[in-house]
Amino acid sequence: MIIGSLLLLGLFIFPLWNITLEAPQYPIPLGMDIHINKFVDTHEFDIKNINLMNHYVGMQYIPETIPEFKIFPWAIGIMVVLGVIIGFLGNYKLFLVWFVIMTLLGVAGMYDFYLWEYDYGHNLSAKAIMNFKNPDGTVMGFQPPLFGSKDILNFKAHSYPRLGAYFMFLGMFLTFMAFFVGKKEAKSK
Amino acid sequence: MKTIFKSLLALTIVSTVLSSCGNGGDKGKQGALSSSAAEKVYVAPGEHDEFYAFVSGGFSGQLAVYGLPSGRLFKVIPVFSVDAEKAYGFNEETKPMLNTSHGFIPWDDSHHPDISQTAGELDGRWVFINGNNTPRIAKIDLTTFETTEIIEIPNSAGNHSSSFVTENTEYVVAGTRFSVPYPQRDMPIKEYKGNFKGALTFISVDPEDGAMDIKFQIMMPGFNYDLSHPGRGKSHGWFFFTTYNTEEANSLLEVNASQNDKDFIAAINWKKIEEYVNNGGGTKAPTNYAHNVYSDETHSATSTMKKEILIVNPSDVPGAIYFLPTPKSPHGCDVDPTGEYIIGNGKLAAELTAHSFTKMLAAIEGKKFDGEAYGIPILKYEEILGGSVKQPGLGPLHTEFDGKGYAYTTFFISSEVVKWKLGTWEVIDRKPTYYSVGHLMIPGGNSRKPFGKYVLAMNKITKDRYLPTGPEVTQSAQLYDITGEKMELLLDFPTIGEPHYAAGIPAELIKERSKKIYKLEENKHKYVTKSEADGKVVRTGNEVHIYMTMIRSHFSPDNIEGVQVGDKVYFHVTNLEQDYDVPHGISMIGANTSELLIMPGQTETFVWEPNQVGVWPFYCTDFCSALHQEMQGYVRVSPKGSTVPITYTLDGDPIGGE
Repeated sequence: MIIGSLLLLGLFIFPLWNITLEAPQYPIPLGMDIHINKFVDTHEFDIKNINLMNHYVGMQYIPETIPEFKIFPWAIGIMVVLGVIIGFLGNYKLFLVWFVIMTLLGVAGMYDFYLWEYDYGHNLSAKAIMNFKNPDGTVMGFQPPLFGSKDILNFKAHSYPRLGAYFMFLGMFLTFMAFFVGKKEAKSK
Repeated sequence: MKTIFKSLLALTIVSTVLSSCGNGGDKGKQGALSSSAAEKVYVAPGEHDEFYAFVSGGFSGQLAVYGLPSGRLFKVIPVFSVDAEKAYGFNEETKPMLNTSHGFIPWDDSHHPDISQTAGELDGRWVFINGNNTPRIAKIDLTTFETTEIIEIPNSAGNHSSSFVTENTEYVVAGTRFSVPYPQRDMPIKEYKGNFKGALTFISVDPEDGAMDIKFQIMMPGFNYDLSHPGRGKSHGWFFFTTYNTEEANSLLEVNASQNDKDFIAAINWKKIEEYVNNGGGTKAPTNYAHNVYSDETHSATSTMKKEILIVNPSDVPGAIYFLPTPKSPHGCDVDPTGEYIIGNGKLAAELTAHSFTKMLAAIEGKKFDGEAYGIPILKYEEILGGSVKQPGLGPLHTEFDGKGYAYTTFFISSEVVKWKLGTWEVIDRKPTYYSVGHLMIPGGNSRKPFGKYVLAMNKITKDRYLPTGPEVTQSAQLYDITGEKMELLLDFPTIGEPHYAAGIPAELIKERSKKIYKLEENKHKYVTKSEADGKVVRTGNEVHIYMTMIRSHFSPDNIEGVQVGDKVYFHVTNLEQDYDVPHGISMIGANTSELLIMPGQTETFVWEPNQVGVWPFYCTDFCSALHQEMQGYVRVSPKGSTVPITYTLDGDPIGGE
């Protein structure tokens, strides 16, 4: 349990998520790592160049920072402290509670990410240089995938978790296992 | 009888079958050979060449960058001549690069590129090249592939035995082909003998940043110093220069400078002279020469006039300089990878001479002298001769080495490359060139570590080899595979200008360090504009300075008013891009200059002096994006004394805090 929750600290070092854009003119793809507290270029100036690309279709600039970057580190930090305390208390039921809270937080985070992506991909400037319509006549959006790969005009966008997220998954998995182990031990006593 | 007839018939059939088999086999072999030549030079789309070749542009004054084995041209680096395509010598930033003691010179004749070395091996940091006409040495930075320094060589003329580097790039060396009066003065030409001098210049190269500085100049007798190469390995510390016109003729040299049976290779112990100079030796003399430096931070060049030079008189440093008699008007002076053999390519001689460094030292030790010239001891020819290649061809010019014990020499008159073996002096192979080959180049072929896979021969004449283009036809380079016993011609391709020497290097030693962009935050240009909000237009008297930015796909500001006829308008344009391969250009209708071609993060300046009232457009000249055609703007030019104020806008809005 303690190890599981401490693994969340990996999120302070490693990126949570990554979005990468491939195109014929970008043999070295453009990419952005999403940390719990910042956006980082995969290669120097990538975000600037993604913004430059996106301005043609009227997309907003990727902001320097977003409110979530203030909330996430606290949320994760609290969960780590909570996890360690619960670990010392050793009550396996609390392990499950922690796991459920963490899962809810994760889902909330993904939903938030989806909302931001949706807005980013659909809230286009009225003066956009180029307007694209879907075959059904609706305005084409440029929302990157939540998870997986997707073709967007000349770009192929990839959206996948990174090392920080894997630390988190592993931590949550360990916690979940700790619950069962704890339960088993409690029963055998 | 019948049996005999039958067996005869059988024999005939067998032999027919055999011979046709043989024919078929030959044909197949020919096909295989020609296809293998094509395969050997074929670099598939998207693949990279194995070597860079830096090929001098000769009378174009520039340096061309090719890939080998494909022979594809990647870039022409402007060095000594203006280049409207890249605004070199046209924009305000690079004009100082072409400054000399004779003023701004828009052209030169570039000859011998040489790549910097560490411990006798190519290190790929810089390439140096000489300007022959108005003596200069240039340095090209191989992270940016731009000329970043040019130093003028005073007291020199026909800067030809240049620009070769010592084993650790301690010095880049420049020797004069035409001796001139020293100091320059008004005197009768026919008093040449004894009054004209040949300056050999040693330019130190800073090991950190490559900054060049003339350390000393040796004032030699008035011969023609034709070519040179450094000692290496055991002969490191020495430098060798071929000479001709030891007759000291001043007219009709083709006859009068071809009389002596032997001329000299001058062997210079530069370590000894360096020590002499470091201990306060030499004479400080007044001079005037330009030293031009380009900075990647300010994106601008400065030109400084230097006023003093250290002159070394050979007779003041006994034991530092010797003459090696060499038949006959030797041209190329080439030192093998071990440093033992110094090849004198006697261009009018029947044989190729190889002096032995070991024997030379012994002859010096044993004082085996054959007189002296102007106080410089002449060593006995027989005492220093390492060997000679007999009847190798006609008109030997240059030799390079493959590092496997073989040497390759070009023969101008018999138009061929000849492969021969060091030590045994036997000719191994000869292949024709098309036509009249000058230099040849093996990547690293003049270092301790040649990469002996290809030799590139550079031809002066092509006649019928390509589609004709009127009286002036291209020069060419020819690539031979030298991995086998016999050389194999793989490819010939046209070159820019006249390719004199070339320098080749494995691509992996350079390509990873090639810069992709200049960082905007590191831009220290005096007139940089780091964001659109900082754009402005400032008038001081009749000078108007426009601080402009460019990014896909607009200029900012792009509407400017308040300019008047007779103004001197400076466009200081900064490319705000930080993406690889996104340069923007700019040109202004009626500007008496070239376009600017500005790399990401860079600032450049052109001057426009409008002489007609009107509204005049400018536009981006490099197809930068899908909206490149929209990348344009206007300047309103009012009559002189007009009351139209200076305004500058983008999309109708004033820029910054205006």
